[in-house]
Amino acid sequence: MKVLSLDTSNRQLTVAILDDGQILATETTTVHQKHAEYLLPIIDELMTKVDLTPSDLQRVVVADGPGSYTGIRIATATAKTLAYTLGIELVGVSSLQTLALNIKQEGSLVMPIFDARNNNVFSGLYEIKNGVPENVLEDCHTDFDKWLDRIDIKDKTVYAVGTDAPHFEDALKNKFGDKVIFSDSFDNLPQAARLGLYGQTLSPVEYIHTFVPRYLRLTKAEADWKQNHPGEEVTSYVEKVN
Amino acid sequence: MQPHIIMSFESSCDETSVAIIEDGEKILSNVVATQINSHKRFGGVVPEVASRHHIEQITICVEDAMKQADVSYDDIDAIAVTYGPGLVGALLIGVTAAKTIAWAHNIPLIPVNHISGHILASRFVTKINYPALALVVSGGHTELVLMKEEGDFKIIGETRDDAAGEAYDKVGRVLGINYPAGPKVDAMAAEGKDTFNFPRAMEKEDNFDFSFSGLKSAFLNTTHHADQIHEELDKNDLAASFQSAVVDVLVDKTTRALQEYPVSQLILAGGVAANKGLRSALEEKIDKIDTTELIKVPNKLCGDNAAMIGAAGYVMAKKNVFAGVDLNADPSLEFDLLEDEE
Repeated sequence: MKVLSLDTSNRQLTVAILDDGQILATETTTVHQKHAEYLLPIIDELMTKVDLTPSDLQRVVVADGPGSYTGIRIATATAKTLAYTLGIELVGVSSLQTLALNIKQEGSLVMPIFDARNNNVFSGLYEIKNGVPENVLEDCHTDFDKWLDRIDIKDKTVYAVGTDAPHFEDALKNKFGDKVIFSDSFDNLPQAARLGLYGQTLSPVEYIHTFVPRYLRLTKAEADWKQNHPGEEVTSYVEKVN
Repeated sequence: MQPHIIMSFESSCDETSVAIIEDGEKILSNVVATQINSHKRFGGVVPEVASRHHIEQITICVEDAMKQADVSYDDIDAIAVTYGPGLVGALLIGVTAAKTIAWAHNIPLIPVNHISGHILASRFVTKINYPALALVVSGGHTELVLMKEEGDFKIIGETRDDAAGEAYDKVGRVLGINYPAGPKVDAMAAEGKDTFNFPRAMEKEDNFDFSFSGLKSAFLNTTHHADQIHEELDKNDLAASFQSAVVDVLVDKTTRALQEYPVSQLILAGGVAANKGLRSALEEKIDKIDTTELIKVPNKLCGDNAAMIGAAGYVMAKKNVFAGVDLNADPSLEFDLLEDEE
């Protein structure tokens, strides 16, 4: 199966092309957050270098959030449109789980962290089972102190991953002592190749049209509106005209 | 290469739209998914909410547009997309989808300025004779654009502050009308009289620029003062007085522009171009100028839609304007000023 995988959830941009278990090409950039401009040219360049054309692709695997709203929309809109227009399979994987895929130590816990400012984070807790990070505590948007309060690692080791993880080093060491391990600068980056390998094992989404990023957070306008209008939610706010 | 069939995308504000256009002048399909009911909750467009709706709708719009036009990807010769001006997150969905489809099927990509789309929606009405002048009035834009030749757009006048449509929304709020207020204010104005005599901004100044913030303040002062002395003002008269002031300024500046740049066609375009008061006032004025004909974009093509982007894309392809898959959204994209050229 020929697979394109991509993640632009945060500052990093990572793309890979795989054929079953073989990684044909991969590229990761970490400097400029110019995903709208760089993503398709990088995909195009890698495809050309491995002698593939878009119609050779059979599946797209995308890290679909959480993360920067614009970032997750660029990868998700690209993946969704590509899968739809080529009539191929689409798989969405949590961007936090994508980062957790870097850790392989069986039985250990993994806490991928995206800094969402003002002591807020997007995070989740995973445990490595059969080489794959499985969700123990669901991905969420939360105040970091409240998040730590919810976590009991027992005697396990917890890997804090992500380039934002060092922002929370003191609090993590305070809570977990020497049981917390910070990853190196390679494991802190999302790797599209790992995302592609993992995404091949999952079932594709059933309805591509309804596929949207997992924001894990309402916009402020919607949250305020909901609070002031309990029970007034309608199913569709969009209508076709013409 | 002159494209026969164009697929076009528009997502600069609160409408997700995909169209299929033949020869730049015939609409095979024009699917518009509007988010107005969502943004009504907030009294105006919330950018992040708009972006979220666009990504929900985009592939559905593509599918519907292709089905209605009965075309396959093999039939599509070019893809045109609005890349600015507008809300950056909203623009990015149309740009990303257009680029992805162009890349997947190896179809040329044409970048389109949203405003040129509004103006060239007139191609669906008649053949445009150049030079031509356009008055573009919408929620985000109020400008006079001179086109010396096809595909050449130069600003000769624009708003210094609020767009006309913005002023309508703000005044509408005071009159108790929900966003978007334009059509309702227009209807109320038809029932009222211009009794308040609000200021006609910049009417005396020797340029083609507009300003609506002074008018908005005068309106708010009047209603605020009445509230304080518990006087009930006639809302229809307020609407009529506000609308007359807007229309007078627009018509006056446009007629003056026509004196300096005599053209055979004046194009009235943009969301506010559907305003009945503006249409009839401009019609009346242009009727008196034998050498100039008024081209009104039909109501259903005045609001944001992808058909107009297809029409503009066709013209840009003639000028050999194409983009690569590195095309980015440009939220503050604008035409050059004519004075910079001269």
